[in-house]
Amino acid sequence: MKRLRGFLSRLAGIVPRQRREQEFAEEIDGHLQMHIDDNLRAGMSPEEARRKAILTLGGVEMTKQAYREQSTIPLLETFMQDIRFAARQLRKNLGFTLTAVVTLALGMCASVALFAFVDAALIKPLPYPLSTRLVGVTESAAMFPRANLSYLDYVDWKNLNKVFSSMDVYTGTGYMLNTGTGVELVEGARVSDGFFKTLGITPVLGRDFYSGEDLPSAPRSVMLTYGAWKKRFGGRKDVIGQTVVLSGVPVPIVGVLPENFQFAPRGEAEFWSPLNTHTSCEQRRSCHNFNGVARLKDGVSIEAARANMVSIAQQLERQYPDSNRGQGASVDRLSEIIVGDVRPILLALLGGAALLLMIACVNVASLLLVRSESRRHEIAVRGALGASPARLVRQFITEGVLLVTLASAIGVTTAFFAMRLLMRLLTKDILARMPYLDGLGMNYRVAAFAVCIALLALVVFSLTPILRLSKSKLRDDLNEGSRGGGSVLWRRLGSNLVVVELTIAMILLVSAGLLGKSFYRLLHVDLGFQPDHLATFQVVAPSQTYGKDEQSLALSRRIVADLSALPGVKSVALASRLPVNGNGNTNWIRIAGKPYDGKHNEVNQREVSSGYFTTLQAKLLRGRFFTDDEDGSKPKVVLINEAFAKKYFPGEDPIGQHMGDTNLTPKSMTEIIGVVSNIREGSLDTEIWPAEYDPLNQSPDTFVNLVARTSQNEESMLPTLTAAVHRIDPGLATVEESTMMRSIEDSPTAYMHRSSAWLIGGFAVLALLLSVVGLYGVVAYSVSQRTREIGVRMALGAQRGTVYGLILKEAGWLTGWGIGAGVVCSIGGAMLMRGLLFGTAAWDVATLSSVALMLGVSALLASFIPARRAASVNPVDALRAE
Amino acid sequence: MGDKADVWQGTLALMVLKTIEAMGPLHGYGIARRIEQTSENMLALNYGTLYPALLRLEQEGAIASEWGMSENNRKAKFYTLTRAGRRQLAREARDWEQTAAIVARFLAPTDGAA
Repeated sequence: MKRLRGFLSRLAGIVPRQRREQEFAEEIDGHLQMHIDDNLRAGMSPEEARRKAILTLGGVEMTKQAYREQSTIPLLETFMQDIRFAARQLRKNLGFTLTAVVTLALGMCASVALFAFVDAALIKPLPYPLSTRLVGVTESAAMFPRANLSYLDYVDWKNLNKVFSSMDVYTGTGYMLNTGTGVELVEGARVSDGFFKTLGITPVLGRDFYSGEDLPSAPRSVMLTYGAWKKRFGGRKDVIGQTVVLSGVPVPIVGVLPENFQFAPRGEAEFWSPLNTHTSCEQRRSCHNFNGVARLKDGVSIEAARANMVSIAQQLERQYPDSNRGQGASVDRLSEIIVGDVRPILLALLGGAALLLMIACVNVASLLLVRSESRRHEIAVRGALGASPARLVRQFITEGVLLVTLASAIGVTTAFFAMRLLMRLLTKDILARMPYLDGLGMNYRVAAFAVCIALLALVVFSLTPILRLSKSKLRDDLNEGSRGGGSVLWRRLGSNLVVVELTIAMILLVSAGLLGKSFYRLLHVDLGFQPDHLATFQVVAPSQTYGKDEQSLALSRRIVADLSALPGVKSVALASRLPVNGNGNTNWIRIAGKPYDGKHNEVNQREVSSGYFTTLQAKLLRGRFFTDDEDGSKPKVVLINEAFAKKYFPGEDPIGQHMGDTNLTPKSMTEIIGVVSNIREGSLDTEIWPAEYDPLNQSPDTFVNLVARTSQNEESMLPTLTAAVHRIDPGLATVEESTMMRSIEDSPTAYMHRSSAWLIGGFAVLALLLSVVGLYGVVAYSVSQRTREIGVRMALGAQRGTVYGLILKEAGWLTGWGIGAGVVCSIGGAMLMRGLLFGTAAWDVATLSSVALMLGVSALLASFIPARRAASVNPVDALRAE
Repeated sequence: MGDKADVWQGTLALMVLKTIEAMGPLHGYGIARRIEQTSENMLALNYGTLYPALLRLEQEGAIASEWGMSENNRKAKFYTLTRAGRRQLAREARDWEQTAAIVARFLAPTDGAA
């Protein structure tokens, strides 16, 4: 307490006070007078009396100094002096200060903002207790390393495994919800009874599912997410026990999930219910529609868990060869399943930001170097007046601290806004898929990262002038006119820095070029159909009214007929799943009359209406399309894509061949009647899979995707189209109204490629700017240093062209080195991020050479300005200038 | 700033506080003279060292100061003990006596053995 008070009082003493000094002078004066009086009384002579008094005091100035040091904290006081001096220096060179601060702030802003994303997605643990013990468990197949899990396999896995303390499954679902204003399709999830216990989530209101509540015998129940509770039920506490009508079935609400609950794989789900009724798929071992999540037992490693699950899968393979042949097991950390996709892109972006930061630091460092050059004289004078090297070093550090603090404050503040801006750029769908981004923002990890960067920058900025200081010779520097060793050091160090800058700029430019090219390639990939002028949405019909095949068949015919008749609509078709939506929904097939080895021949399976291919404008390569009257009453027929024909009928005509399920069950048998071009079903960057297209009319469904080719703007046709559907039956729900072009451009693949190309492109432009400015600075400074030399050369008869050559040669060397190193590093960098490239090699010659050319030309332009100045030097002036 | 200086500082502070307590409000010169007298000139005291010590005590709130006139009409700053200073004096005096007693006990047997 006492110490604290003393410290605070000393801290306050930092503010210099004239009065305090004066008061103490008076006190000492009084002291001496009294002592002299006493000494005189003791019989000393006046001089003797005064001398003795001062001697006993121990010197007036010494006492004053000791007093001063006690009144404040000496180190802090000189520090304050340094700060005041540094601030004055920085104010005096406003141009330098602004450039340095803005450059550094830019680098900090980019890297801190991206680090916040990396933190939210990759560093921050998932919001479940002991989340590192959670794993995702699924089956694996040849074409899907992470496939879905069949219900019966899940039950066996759950019972046989020795590595999980609990294991549960989840799957997505949708419910039709009557909202008063109409029917809305809401997202839901179906989970096994222990799902929330495994995650470690307890409801904030009501109860969790009890054990056995997921069995078909149990009464139905549903839990709401916090958001759904607030939005749809006004956050009323009495919802527990009330019923909500989901797709026509009244279901009692038993619980509300906590506000911070998130589960990325089913990010949009609002209604969570136990599995309860088992669909036909869930009664077959061969049908896979679940994903598993499990908690590892204490002490069990993920490898051990994987080994255990693989051996169980092998056991089931032997037991049920029909359904389980080739079905392995995959066990990965839940975090890997949730954020594994975004990791490479985020790391690449963070890498880009780090490079930008580096270039910014290098730029500021070289600015400081130039400045320390021009302050040579000042430093020498201060040294000559007795400033110790340590004191001078402290001065540089203080200036560095001031610069970095200023830049950090600006950088971190703008980073905060940059995060907001980047979040705003994410679409709602993407945000729902990445709920972990909710936690984005300033936290201690981001703050620590910012501090680390600041410290690093500080080290660089203090070290640069100190390095310069240690090399210089005081006496040479005092002699202002001399061009001593300092310039040599400057040229060596400063020009090396520029080479580094150019190299980094080249890496970023090449990365941006490659990513941009990948994105272009991605958007121009062969789709196998015409994506423009296609309006799309989903139609969901209540199963009470349309559950029977003939009912939904009649409905789909009605929809196609009514909507096709609308003005502006060319044709309408229905499909179980739209193109570019993802591979999956597969079927295991076997060709009649061909040897079969029991392996699963997995192909994409789509049910489409008869006008589907003409609406998409996909090409028919052989055979014929379906006709509308080919429904359940006619023999089964199927169309296959080109990849299918190539894989299963190499060199043969597939038309007229028959195929069926793995056992060639008679009712599964169907005749191939045509081959269509490869319609891209999967995402833009995946390979084309073999696919079969069955007539929708032969297996009608209450859930279909509608696609309409319009003659006018497809976006503007959407309201007309959905209105026409509601005219047929207001009980029909239409969701996800979109256009094919929009779906493609907003698809996760396109989104990832676009955002990385844009962000890295932005970084690259900044890097180009900074490095060219850096080069300009170096050349301009070198010209100003060599003015006298150039004057001498010209006086001795050098032509202007020679002077141009002299300067441009220097710049050319630097640029050459920078580009050379850049090419090597860029290829290395591109290899690291080749996972993000599509249809573009890491060493893409066109990109490399055009970037090199661009960088070379910019560098030439930047050095041309100082070269011109050098060539226009008047030799007489130059020689006189001292 | 070694330990020795600290001990010295501490002892000086104790002497200053005790002197002010004994003499009442007193100026720096008076305190210095008094300490010298009390130590019967065994202590070679640089009067100057007193002022930082006084300032420190003042910063810590043990003493307060006020301008006044000395007995022979010289302008001087008079130091008085605050309540906190009185407490500090009592505590430090006790500590010092304890330390002195312990050190004395250490020295006594060595003398006996010798």
